[in-house]
Amino acid sequence: MKVTVTVRRRPEISDPQGTTVARALRDLGYDEVRKVRVDKEIRLEVEGDDAAAIEARVTEMCEKLLANPVMDDYEVRVEA
Amino acid sequence: MSDDVTTEEPVHRLLGLTDHEYESIEGILERAPSDAELAMYSVMWSEHCSYKSSRPHLGRFPSQAPWVVVGPGENAGVVDIGDGWLAALRIESHNHPSFVEPYQGAATGVGGILRDVFTMGARPIALWNQIRFGSLDHPHTRYLFSGVVAGIAGYGNAVGVPTLGGEIAFDPVYAGNPLVNVMCLGVLKRDQLVLGTAGEEGSIAVLLGNATGRDGIGGASVLASASFDEDSGTKRPSVQVGDPFEEKKLIEACLELYEKGLVVGVQDLGAAGLSCAVSEPAARADMGMDVDLGAVHTREPDMTAPELLMSESQERMMAFVAPERLDEVLAVAKKWEIDAAVVGTVRTGGTLTIRHDGEVVAEMPAASLSEDAPVYDRPLGEPHWLENVWDNTMQLMRPPSIDEALLRLLDDPSIGDPKWAYEQYDHMLFLNTVVGPGHDGSLVRVKGTRKGLAVSTDGNGRQCYLDPRRGGARLVYEAALNVALTGAEPIAVVDNLNFGNPEKPEVMWQFRETIEGISEACEMLSTPVVGGNVSFYNETEGNDIYPTPVVGLLGLADPMPESPPRLDRAAEGMEVWLIGPPGARNLAGSAFEQVIAGHVGGRPDAPDAFMAQGVIEVAIENAKQGLAPAVHDLSDGGFAVALAEMCIASGVGATVDFSDWIGLFAENPHRFIAAVPPEHADALQAIADHYDVPVTRKGHFGGDEIRFDNGGPESTSVSLEQATATWQGAIPRRMG
Amino acid sequence: MKAAVVVFPGTNCEHDVMWALDVAGSEGELVWHRETDLSEFDGIVLPGGFAHGDYLRTGAIARFSPVMAEVRRFAEAGKPVLGICNGFQILCEAHLLPGALHENRDLNFICRPIHVRVESTNTVLTRAAEPGQVLQIPLNSYEGNYTVAEVDAMDAQVAARYCDADGTVSDATNPNGSVGSIAAIANSAGNVAGIMPHPERAVEEVLGSTDGLVMVRSFVESMEPAHV
Repeated sequence: MKVTVTVRRRPEISDPQGTTVARALRDLGYDEVRKVRVDKEIRLEVEGDDAAAIEARVTEMCEKLLANPVMDDYEVRVEA
Repeated sequence: MSDDVTTEEPVHRLLGLTDHEYESIEGILERAPSDAELAMYSVMWSEHCSYKSSRPHLGRFPSQAPWVVVGPGENAGVVDIGDGWLAALRIESHNHPSFVEPYQGAATGVGGILRDVFTMGARPIALWNQIRFGSLDHPHTRYLFSGVVAGIAGYGNAVGVPTLGGEIAFDPVYAGNPLVNVMCLGVLKRDQLVLGTAGEEGSIAVLLGNATGRDGIGGASVLASASFDEDSGTKRPSVQVGDPFEEKKLIEACLELYEKGLVVGVQDLGAAGLSCAVSEPAARADMGMDVDLGAVHTREPDMTAPELLMSESQERMMAFVAPERLDEVLAVAKKWEIDAAVVGTVRTGGTLTIRHDGEVVAEMPAASLSEDAPVYDRPLGEPHWLENVWDNTMQLMRPPSIDEALLRLLDDPSIGDPKWAYEQYDHMLFLNTVVGPGHDGSLVRVKGTRKGLAVSTDGNGRQCYLDPRRGGARLVYEAALNVALTGAEPIAVVDNLNFGNPEKPEVMWQFRETIEGISEACEMLSTPVVGGNVSFYNETEGNDIYPTPVVGLLGLADPMPESPPRLDRAAEGMEVWLIGPPGARNLAGSAFEQVIAGHVGGRPDAPDAFMAQGVIEVAIENAKQGLAPAVHDLSDGGFAVALAEMCIASGVGATVDFSDWIGLFAENPHRFIAAVPPEHADALQAIADHYDVPVTRKGHFGGDEIRFDNGGPESTSVSLEQATATWQGAIPRRMG
Repeated sequence: MKAAVVVFPGTNCEHDVMWALDVAGSEGELVWHRETDLSEFDGIVLPGGFAHGDYLRTGAIARFSPVMAEVRRFAEAGKPVLGICNGFQILCEAHLLPGALHENRDLNFICRPIHVRVESTNTVLTRAAEPGQVLQIPLNSYEGNYTVAEVDAMDAQVAARYCDADGTVSDATNPNGSVGSIAAIANSAGNVAGIMPHPERAVEEVLGSTDGLVMVRSFVESMEPAHV
């Protein structure tokens, strides 16, 4: 099954990359840009067909490796 | 004001203030404090900011000398290096944040130390770091170590200040509490010196740099001053994220402000954030200030007054500006593309008034936050176990085989090649690095002068555990010898005192003894202590780390030697000299004991101040006259390891005489090896004689093995190839 | 003769380039990236560093900086333009040089002296050097791994390749995985060049090497009217 993990810095944690990209976009004339956050998307292909079990395993992967629980939130989406 | 708090614990305790401290605040204000006021006092009176447990002892440090321009108490120490030039230096710890998030913890440590130095008007020119972890065989240590190194590299390289090394050590005592100490050196012309003062009435406070968010709120009082326990992993305090790119712009903008003379004072925002940046400069100037929190540029909506006052968002500076220069200051900020906000006005009378949304949220004497902080003369007592430890000397069933012991020491990650880390650091930026990482002391030139500045940072937890006074003093002498080997005269010291829980009398005793030792040595060498940092509560589940002071020593070479000695210039045919006292026998606290015998015990020798000075003079003269091109001080692993390191670095073997194995691995102080070309032997001998320093001619460099040969059965050798591979592999083979 | 040394927010080798130009007997002036008129200059250097924090993609934001219009004008007019390290990345991102740079093969930041062999001398970077000359200069980058489609067609534009001390190019002497061991490349006219290691860091004996000086001199010579 295909699983998509989105890793985001928690909203209260500073994201220098997003700040810089926002500034650059405004420099290019996109004045409507208020805020930019740069997230990470990780796509996995996982063996098995039990969506709930896979979600639990990938969640564990997020806690251990894919995300930094000190700074990041993450979202796991299992696709059929 | 605290109606919304539903916890049973009173707010002040949650913020880390004791009941007694709370009463003092009520006494100062003559009323109950508001939330914002409590927040301010809690961060300013935290151990980290107020030095409340250490202050009674720090006055012992000698801090005066004719060349000291700014001593302890400002953002960085400043010394005069002649011809209108000054050097600024500072060391600071980021131990606890680095345990919570190693990359960002180390990165923001680098960012903070840089701000301390360029706050003074100096351009930061070099960084060092002293990092200590648990055993590298433990996976979590590898995670912490690689994260810290990456954070140092990531921030230092990007901000564009070279990292010239330092020291890396591993010992199980640091497993739950790594030490990350960073040091920065800057240079400036005398007329660019800026102090952290708010200036005169009417001066305007301009907040420069990053927007303020909820970073590290409570970090100063909760994170940096309380011990770790089981649930620290789940507390997940709001980690500060460093932005070296913002910092680089901030450095250039501030340097331009100084160059144009547009500011009267500057204060960086570190621990205690805005609370510190408005109160300390006002107190130093004997002034007060009106501050409007609504003007602070924020990253997140709806920040409360306590949050704004406590936030530790990185890359922010407070500049104090005469009103007529404000437009120029804002123009400089605009040019460098950093945000600037006018947040306050300096007033006479000493009162700090803080408004938010038009309401006064805090009002107190500015000086009360820094100067009225509690001082604890905590009880101290000599550890009851100390004499037992001194008696508990190492017992070996049989003498070790010298070659095996040497290889095991070279394979120890505290001794082995640190290149795994140093190659990740940009150590060449600014084109000043004359002697870089991997040598005893680093040497940078000061462009536009003939001067060179040498720095050595040294720590040794084992020896300080066994005898904090002797251990502390020996660090100073070791660092002084290291800078002397490059040809520099020791001129100033900064120290970072990493200790356990100060509420334990034995920790306070270790603390006082260490200060005594460092002070005695600094007095003998006339190297004033111009700044320092104290980090307490380095413990995990009740176990304190070794008392681990770190000394950063600055040396001045004027003029800089044409070809300063290094580790790697020994060559075939040169003689191996041991310079310093012969007959070393003391293995207490040595690497040999730890690595070969798994033992820490005995009592290290006391330093010999007169011998130390003589050896330092010989080292300086050697460098000045260009006699021995390769030199190396004896530290971890004693003579055998020092010789092997010279051989490995130079790609040449050596054959030396010895009396027995103890002499090869003992770690008595004040000794270095010199690789002496025969044609310079007489001149160097004459210098040593002049300073009454003993010289032992041990053998010669040459061949492709490191050979210890006394004609007896103990004689043995290690091939240079095997020694090199072992030493180079010590860290990489563990990191995988 | 005077070179514009462009400073983006996050550039950090600008002072080193200024110093090296001085050592080579020439002159540079720091120019902020918002500058739109560089007509008083004879050449442009984009120094190393982390322009705009290297966020998003190395060089991606810098290519839109106002100063880049002038860089493009210089490139088209045949005037000398040199990008070092991050400057090289910016020139690639701006399509003034072919190819792109990405993470080193071993995903480590590398900071150590390496050897390069001079290939084409028809570039502003190598004009004063000999073909086959081996230079020891410091490498200092994380995204130094050069990649380009149709590398063979680029052969004449290659200014330097990574090699060993004897000038032998092999996989073992390729520090970062660059295709064809390419360390420096120029446009077809030779007036725009980019190099990953730092010649400006090897211009004085006291710092360990003077091998980079011939490259700095090449650039300085290129600014003189006879060469334009």
